[in-house]
Amino acid sequence: MAVMTYLEAGRRAVIEEMQRDTSVWALGEDLGRGGVFGQYKGLQEIFGADRIADTPISEACIMGAAVGAAMTGTRPIVEMRFSDFALCAVDELVNQAAKARFMFGGQMRVPMVVREPVGMWRSSAAQHSQSLESWYTHIPGLVVVAPATPADNLGLLKSAIRNDDPVVYLEHKNLWPLEGEVPEQEHLVPLGKADLAHAGGDVTMVTWSGMRHGCLRVAEQLAAEGIGVEVIDLRTLWPWDRDTVFASVERTGRLLVVHEAVAVSGFGAEIAASVAEALHHRLKAPVRRLGAPRIPIAYAPPMEDQARVSDDSIAAAVRGMLEPAAVS
Amino acid sequence: MISGRGKTNVQDDIAEGRHHNLDRDRFLGRLALMHRIRAFEEEAIAAQKDGLVLGAIHPSIGQEAVAAGVCANLEPADLMLSTHRGHGHTLAKGADPLAMMRELFGRAGGTCGGKGGSMHIADFGVGMLGANGVVGANIPIAAGAAHAQKLQGSRQITVCIFGDGAVNRGPFLEGLNWARVFDLPVLFVCEDNGFSATTRTREMTGGEGAAARAESLGLEAQEVDGNDVVAVDAAARAAIDAIRAGQGPRFLTCHTYRMTGHTAVDPATYRPAQEVDEWRGNCPIARLEVALRLAGESDARLSALQAQESGAMAAIAQAARDTGWPEATDAFTDVQDIGDPRERAF
Repeated sequence: MAVMTYLEAGRRAVIEEMQRDTSVWALGEDLGRGGVFGQYKGLQEIFGADRIADTPISEACIMGAAVGAAMTGTRPIVEMRFSDFALCAVDELVNQAAKARFMFGGQMRVPMVVREPVGMWRSSAAQHSQSLESWYTHIPGLVVVAPATPADNLGLLKSAIRNDDPVVYLEHKNLWPLEGEVPEQEHLVPLGKADLAHAGGDVTMVTWSGMRHGCLRVAEQLAAEGIGVEVIDLRTLWPWDRDTVFASVERTGRLLVVHEAVAVSGFGAEIAASVAEALHHRLKAPVRRLGAPRIPIAYAPPMEDQARVSDDSIAAAVRGMLEPAAVS
Repeated sequence: MISGRGKTNVQDDIAEGRHHNLDRDRFLGRLALMHRIRAFEEEAIAAQKDGLVLGAIHPSIGQEAVAAGVCANLEPADLMLSTHRGHGHTLAKGADPLAMMRELFGRAGGTCGGKGGSMHIADFGVGMLGANGVVGANIPIAAGAAHAQKLQGSRQITVCIFGDGAVNRGPFLEGLNWARVFDLPVLFVCEDNGFSATTRTREMTGGEGAAARAESLGLEAQEVDGNDVVAVDAAARAAIDAIRAGQGPRFLTCHTYRMTGHTAVDPATYRPAQEVDEWRGNCPIARLEVALRLAGESDARLSALQAQESGAMAAIAQAARDTGWPEATDAFTDVQDIGDPRERAF
């Protein structure tokens, strides 16, 4: 095991896959200078300007060109800089990349990975802070991945690059400096498999991306009080690992979904509804969701914090689910 | 400099003696292809009236010289991207007309297995990377295909055909700029029929139009009479030769006219009959026939060529009618490998 950051792990994944497969290349703004966060630092020196391609500020064309290049025998990694900017390329992702294989009758595939850094970090306001994963889980044809640890960023990004369909790959900006142990040998994490991050018997907590860490803090805190919280980090949102989630809820009888995105129409709604439909008879308490209120994310910290799911609110939700039902 | 000329007519062809030195075999082939395209679309329009073509179709009747003139200069391994008005381009690139007709009818054995219909015909086997239902969306995709060709060190090129309406979308700017910045082997062809759906493009377009915009982005641009297949062929050949020689992207505007409405059911009452009649007299097929006659081809041979293509297409339409539907469960295939909808009942 080696200790490396979430950012370095993603960089290592790109290096390993570009060395393994010469059809892999990356394109995006500023990549020759390492990209906006340094995820591509030094890669142009290793692979040259053709395979680590600097592009114009043309999100639609970055995405669209990747679609054409993926149809023509290459495996592009698209860097969108901020997930918010990917909205300039929605047609290219949703109408073109996601649909082409089906629409053209399976004549070809569109093997591309779209890296979209997501989430709140520090005072980045309404156009540089969003978590829009549920936009993509809604679209047939897309795989959606949201890693939360350095090891998962290495193993999932490598798997995403090897996947033959378009993958929306959501890295959390606040996790870039997070350190963790990462295997030194080849490390692949299968897409579609959740990580049971903390075992517990009372409440199943389903989460992903940045919120994994808040959920784990709360699980540790509640364990000291004798409350068993099972934390499941989905890692891949489409397809999500129903088997692991359902098996856990079968044991605990309680489900809390925690995500950073706006709760309304968030992906937590899909999980909550699926569990309610399939396991209603096993539930000891109503399913709960925690997410952001339906407000744009503000700049000033006191207002920005209103959009955050706090450890306290997670702990309060768990405790509430364990209280005896009120008699109506 | 933007070079070339605008609209001409058959009298200009004769006055200039353009039939002299005409490569008769080459243009008999182009004539047969234009008849094939015309016959395909006439059969499709008739079939739509019979309820056999299920969705919208956008005929290119009157614009056949663009497809025939450009694609004559492509190699089988070259790539092409087209638009919602793409039957002609697709046939010219070599797609099977029976598979295409089945696709329009939504039948088994269609080019896309009945999943796409007219607006999403693609035949990757002949380098046809797709019609597209979104105006201008094929431009960045074409830039990307050409980008891959360059990365692979291929000698092949990509041709991207779009309409004049596309020049007012952002991807036009982004895609042309991209092709110039990366010096890509791509020919952009603006098939200018004057209309953005039912609106005159010139009333919605600032500046001097498509070729001037291309030139402002550093692409060498040429304008030709898109109803003169000899002129389109020559201009496309020069551009494609230059691209294949590594000289980077080129731009070609072909001025033409759509003889039908936007869709086959659009009566196009927004344009005067006199204008339509004038263009009908400038039919690209009739013009090439005049040139070939002056060059010594017999009426009998030219008539036989048309009869052969229309007869073959009638048989194709009948064969498409006689084909069954695809399996309903095909709706669940080719979505994606991981998260395949067949794995779960939803």
